[in-house]
Amino acid sequence: MSGKATLRNLAALVSGLVFGLGLSLAQMTNPDKVLNFLDLAGHWDPSLLLVLGGAVVLSTLGYFLTFKRGAPLWDSLFHMPQALAIDKPLLIGSALFGIGWGISGYCPGPAIASIGLGNPEALWVVPSIIAGAALQRWSHDRQTADID
Amino acid sequence: MTEFTPLHALTGGLLIGSSAVLLLWLNGRIAGVTGMLTGLLVKPSATQLWRLLFLLGLIGGTALYGLFATTPLRQGFPIWLLIAAGLLTGYGTAQANGCTSGHGVCGLARISLRSLVATATFLGVAILSAYVVRHVLGLST
Repeated sequence: MSGKATLRNLAALVSGLVFGLGLSLAQMTNPDKVLNFLDLAGHWDPSLLLVLGGAVVLSTLGYFLTFKRGAPLWDSLFHMPQALAIDKPLLIGSALFGIGWGISGYCPGPAIASIGLGNPEALWVVPSIIAGAALQRWSHDRQTADID
Repeated sequence: MTEFTPLHALTGGLLIGSSAVLLLWLNGRIAGVTGMLTGLLVKPSATQLWRLLFLLGLIGGTALYGLFATTPLRQGFPIWLLIAAGLLTGYGTAQANGCTSGHGVCGLARISLRSLVATATFLGVAILSAYVVRHVLGLST
């Protein structure tokens, strides 16, 4: 493994760590907190809106400045998703995900993160997410991935 | 019932944003959890190690936080609902090539119309889904 590859692996680990700290601090690892945002007819908790808002505003600014550099620090190019089409798989997939998210309160990030809390729900939800994703990948003949 | 926690929510959101910027700035990569998972599923190899490390970091960061503060654990949520929801979430995010992190945070940050449509779709459907599960079927509190 080259030196740059080691640095990239380290960067991924640290980035994941910061992501986990952010999700935890925002209590997005608590599915009730998420569902109380999604459920407009209950005791509404708008916290998720600020989580998403804070993340999007900061990353939009950071992405703009980073793209202006022309290349990342430890790689030769930006690995950007190639798909642009707003097609049926995007809409159907997002809708299926929405149904699942609205049921459990877990999107993939917080589901995996909840392993770190020793949350017994992770025992069921994480393997199910992996199985669902594997089923999709294997049943669709390795369609062109967004990300290489 | 959970209380609105604006300061924690905003600070947590800024940390998530920092994580996304860090990964783009250093590695030129999108911090999308679905991409991490499907990348590992489709072609597990040494070049994919960073994806595994990101996920391990995600778990580690959450465990680290757990040393200093407690997160309430939900009790009594039906296991069959967790499984059904997980399968739908896994299948759907793989089909859409992204979830809340990849489309919702990173996609919006790079001003992708595709990600905006995905985010509006899964957010809108999730709001409907939560309503049906809680108020029509009465399956969870």
